[in-house]
Amino acid sequence: MSDTATTETGERRAAEAGPRGERVRSDCWIGLTPELSGGVVLEVSSTVESTYGRSIRALCEQGARALGIEHARIRVEDGGALPFVLMARLEAAARRALGGLEARWLPECAQACREPARRERRRRSRLYLPGDQPKYMTNAGLHVPDAVILDLEDSVPPGAKDTARILVRNALRQVDFRGAERTVRINPGSLGLTDIDELADENVHLILIPKVESAEEVRAVDARLRERTESAVYLMPIIESSRGVMCASEIAAACERVVAVTIGLEDYTADVGVPRTEEGRESLWARSMIVNAARAAGVQAIDSVFSDVADTVGLRRSVLEAKALGFEGAGCIHPRQVRVVHEAFDPTPEEVLRARQIVCAFREASEHGLAVVSLGSKMIDPPVVERALKTVAQAVESGLLAADWEESGD
Amino acid sequence: MAATEMTTSGELVENAAGRLVPARINERESVPYCGVGAHLPRGNKVGPPIRRASDYPASGDKRVGSLREALERCGLRDGMTIGTHHHFRNGDLVANAVFEQAAALGCEDLRWFPSASFPCHEPQIAHLESGVIHHIEGSMNGPLGDYCSRGKMRGMGVLRSHGGRWQAIGDGEVHVDVAVIAAPAADCFGNATGDRGPSACGLLGFALADSLYADHVIVVTDHLVPFPCLPWQIQGNNVDFVVEVEKVGEPDKIVSGTTRVTSSPDRLLIAEHCASFVRDTGILREGFSFQAGAGGTALAFGIFLKEMMKEAGVTAGFVRGGSNEYLVSMLEEGLTPVILDGQTFDLEGVRSMRENPGHQNTSPFTSYNFHGKGNFASMVDVVILGATEVDVDFNANVVTHTDGRLLHGIGGWQNCLFAGCTILAVPSFRNRIPVVLDEVTTLCGPGELIDVIATERGLCINPLRTDLVEAARGSSVPILDIRELKREIDGLCGGAPDRARTAERVVAAIQWVDGTTIDCVRAVGE
Repeated sequence: MSDTATTETGERRAAEAGPRGERVRSDCWIGLTPELSGGVVLEVSSTVESTYGRSIRALCEQGARALGIEHARIRVEDGGALPFVLMARLEAAARRALGGLEARWLPECAQACREPARRERRRRSRLYLPGDQPKYMTNAGLHVPDAVILDLEDSVPPGAKDTARILVRNALRQVDFRGAERTVRINPGSLGLTDIDELADENVHLILIPKVESAEEVRAVDARLRERTESAVYLMPIIESSRGVMCASEIAAACERVVAVTIGLEDYTADVGVPRTEEGRESLWARSMIVNAARAAGVQAIDSVFSDVADTVGLRRSVLEAKALGFEGAGCIHPRQVRVVHEAFDPTPEEVLRARQIVCAFREASEHGLAVVSLGSKMIDPPVVERALKTVAQAVESGLLAADWEESGD
Repeated sequence: MAATEMTTSGELVENAAGRLVPARINERESVPYCGVGAHLPRGNKVGPPIRRASDYPASGDKRVGSLREALERCGLRDGMTIGTHHHFRNGDLVANAVFEQAAALGCEDLRWFPSASFPCHEPQIAHLESGVIHHIEGSMNGPLGDYCSRGKMRGMGVLRSHGGRWQAIGDGEVHVDVAVIAAPAADCFGNATGDRGPSACGLLGFALADSLYADHVIVVTDHLVPFPCLPWQIQGNNVDFVVEVEKVGEPDKIVSGTTRVTSSPDRLLIAEHCASFVRDTGILREGFSFQAGAGGTALAFGIFLKEMMKEAGVTAGFVRGGSNEYLVSMLEEGLTPVILDGQTFDLEGVRSMRENPGHQNTSPFTSYNFHGKGNFASMVDVVILGATEVDVDFNANVVTHTDGRLLHGIGGWQNCLFAGCTILAVPSFRNRIPVVLDEVTTLCGPGELIDVIATERGLCINPLRTDLVEAARGSSVPILDIRELKREIDGLCGGAPDRARTAERVVAAIQWVDGTTIDCVRAVGE
């Protein structure tokens, strides 16, 4: 790491980052006071002092060098932060302390983090992870959601937006999400563009843009991404207001990067001025509008989150209803919701059986050069064949059907 | 020639597991661990002194006015051993009261021999400081473990399993001078039970050995019933005195931290992996048996397993408790005909023991004692336990943390390792501390008895168990190589952890189920 800091022009002040207190676990607090002389003076207290005290000190010294800090008092109060967390907290404290600091202290980008984005993929579940709380990030992939969302918006308080952004960047470089789509929910407006500046080129697959009310907002993000990265990064606008619902068609078709549109029902119902109910009659029209706008633009329609973590029966009911409306996915606020959501979106055994019959009939008709596919006495239309092929593909992907089901005759 | 080391704690000798252990423990010669089943003691067990019925009231009324009077009439004096029991877990009130009275009587250098201690016993530290208690032989949880770890206790702590405590008493390694039994219901003759009364806690199995072998036995109760107290779990014929007090324990505190179902998604995942493994390997079959210890993950395992049993249409032959509301629901829904219960973990367990004929109370003698003619633990098909650390050879630690501090007891953990399939359910790391290490800090269970390490990342099967390796092929649960798992976790945590620096002084000995010394704990610095 080279000494690239340019702090001469910036303001210097004592600063801190990270949560503080005896109850902090898997995270740390770092206080940094710039000095004019005396070198880097490190003071560390840690719940893992006897096992990782040495390692923490070495890492902090390395960080000071990487960030070009020559003279400072650095105090670390650690509750077992993993290295990528400690690095994020130190960099955040340094950037707050040394205005205009341009140096970055990037953890190595792990092999598991280099999988490129894919436009076509299932998005049944997206698991929200608060962007400033590292403990939920490390094992999120084990719960096998289709996507993880590192959230910089509602779950991060205004005073922690900058520290969360750095933490999320480090997580994108280090945490193995085990094949889940790596997504980030940015903040609305200009703060969101700042989020993109930090994260666009960190192998993020998809950006969720919150509170979208016009296609313009989506295009502003698109333009910023074009400036910052050459990688494919997709977009999922979140529509959360009556105005947004009215513009859903334009939003869904705003630019090439949009692959899905979703709705935020808490904000939407508040905007309309009605309570959000479990049966969801108050949002039926809006949700149907989202589905229709998404399909018209050729992108996926994704439902909101179900907020009662303990109620798996209600969750299943809500997802089955969403599926019946045409949604292809839903948000999860707890890992235990992921399986319920997947099972509900997956084709049922009856749907799989019917789809197999149609696909077989279609193959047979093709082999015999017949233009018309029929099953029993019924004629099967081409769109039905299309849907059956999709259902079979989904069943194979979910492990409900062997990939070689046609050969095995099973 | 085995290695030895001279320390301030006397000579240390290398045992069969390669650990240096004290040759003498509290002035008594100790046998170093020689391997599983390799220690072959001969001779007879000990017995209590001969008593004459004529020395006891013919009316059968053994009541005395106070705990202090009872202790005095037992002849309590300096250097004696007092046994107490943890049926109330963190709600016990009697052990503290006993040592308050012992202090008032001016006794010193007592040995406290609890079946386990809990954070509620923190007041005993004052008696350790003042000299009333010389040292503790028994599992030390929380503050007492911490006190011992810092090298503040004068004598050496001795940690035994529940079965090991019975073994030590029966083999004469520990002589109990006075046993004080907290009884939720008792009659004036000393018959006592734990399953009823305002402070009902379930069973009194941990006190059974003391009642049979101690020189003097005091029953303390807050619910005196007319003779005879039915059913009797403790027989009055073994009891010297009965004392009435206002309250013996707080049953609502039986449910301590380790007896609540976890809400952590990762731990639920571990529990689910375990249950799926049991199903996929065919251990889950008609008439099978299982035991899940205390601890949120083990409790969650029971809930997942119950669903899988219902799905498969399978009922158990028996299940072993620690009973709790989940086991009781299995019993009452007909998924098992019997709970063989060693300890009630919640009030539903207490109720069930009172009401359900199939809810059988047991003791460490029936379940765990290694120096008996068999025990129930080895008859269980699968057991789910916890651990603080495991190593790549499947050895495990259940008493100390990686920083070297002694914070937990052994409980029935060692005894349960003899089950048909022993699964240790552990997170692969806790707050940056890897749980899978090259070598455990303190050896409590030898790897040859540990079959599966279950983590949120997947399961590692002991290569010695080729049958399980084979049976797990095609399982939905990820099966991992333990060394690869360790590499992954070390990568996450920023390298393997440093070993804790400990002082020379040995603060506690860890006994194996046969009374040999398997390892010891050294003092940690401030």
